[in-house]
Amino acid sequence: MWTRNGSSKQIAKDRLRNVLVHDRADTSPEFMSHLRDDLMRVVSEYLEVGQNGVDMKLQSLDDHVALVASIPVKQLKRARQRSGNN
Amino acid sequence: MGEVIVITSGKGGVGKTTTTANLGTALAQSGSRVCLVDADIGLRNLDVVLGLENRIVYDLVDVVDGFCRLRQALIRDKRIDTLSLLPAAQTKDKTAVTPEQMKALTDELRQEFDYIVIDSPAGIEQGFKNAIAGADRALIVATPEVASVRDADRIIGLLEAAEIPPARLIVNRLRPQMVRRGDMMSVDDIVDILAIDLIGVVPEDEQIVVTTNRGEPAALIQGSRAGEAYRSIARRLKGEDVPFMDLEETSGFLDRLRRIFGQA
Repeated sequence: MWTRNGSSKQIAKDRLRNVLVHDRADTSPEFMSHLRDDLMRVVSEYLEVGQNGVDMKLQSLDDHVALVASIPVKQLKRARQRSGNN
Repeated sequence: MGEVIVITSGKGGVGKTTTTANLGTALAQSGSRVCLVDADIGLRNLDVVLGLENRIVYDLVDVVDGFCRLRQALIRDKRIDTLSLLPAAQTKDKTAVTPEQMKALTDELRQEFDYIVIDSPAGIEQGFKNAIAGADRALIVATPEVASVRDADRIIGLLEAAEIPPARLIVNRLRPQMVRRGDMMSVDDIVDILAIDLIGVVPEDEQIVVTTNRGEPAALIQGSRAGEAYRSIARRLKGEDVPFMDLEETSGFLDRLRRIFGQA
């Protein structure tokens, strides 16, 4: 009773948060495509990436949800090539 | 012009009908003209919670189909003469009414009443769509359970998509002792997860069972904790600033100790 981590309330909150990550992503069709577009734009500033073979999804692990992205990298950009990074 | 408020939840059995009956009663008690609408076509319940089941002649579907005039279907509560009920049909199903018809109906009711409170059926199908069709705002009822909060989240998304202004939350059946010992989500936990404004907290109260047995809303009874909570919600709906009851007061030594160590 001294530690709150094992309390059933905490378990309920954690389960709820995880399930809502999926629910909210699933019920908003644009969500994943917007996230993907924005993420690719940022990553492209640092890496030359291939647009084909990009895989991005929310995955349930034991006690949390992870955003798992697989993005083919062709080349790492040199510092002077990076835009917006003076 | 009256205001249309829909009481909804997604999940069944969390207290929508009890909430509708008690909020309507509390609003009417304070002098507003209130019409309660049972939008749960086929599963009529609001009439029995209010104790008006023996007075039904016509119902919502009769009005929509033109079998009777709206006024003929309304049942006036003899205990509070500013409270009326438009009962649901028991023999039809939810497809007997369309959202357009519901909107027209609520617009007609606005002429006569200050508040039109709609009891939504569970689910997100046509019955729900009918219930929200004419609504100006929504109140979401959730109990402190994973399934209920999850469904509430879904409903919040659907209300947003329907462009109904941000819903407000009623946390129902809270058991403060269980919250204190860490076995029930607190109001703050739920508000934090759903990210909507709270309008009221109704504690678990055995008196609700007793008053529902009798067909007398708890809001009529002084001394009922739940009734008091509903009266507070009604006042907040009218724009009054009513402080929240301190249901989670931490009086125990352990709780204070936890607070000191920042664990609470």
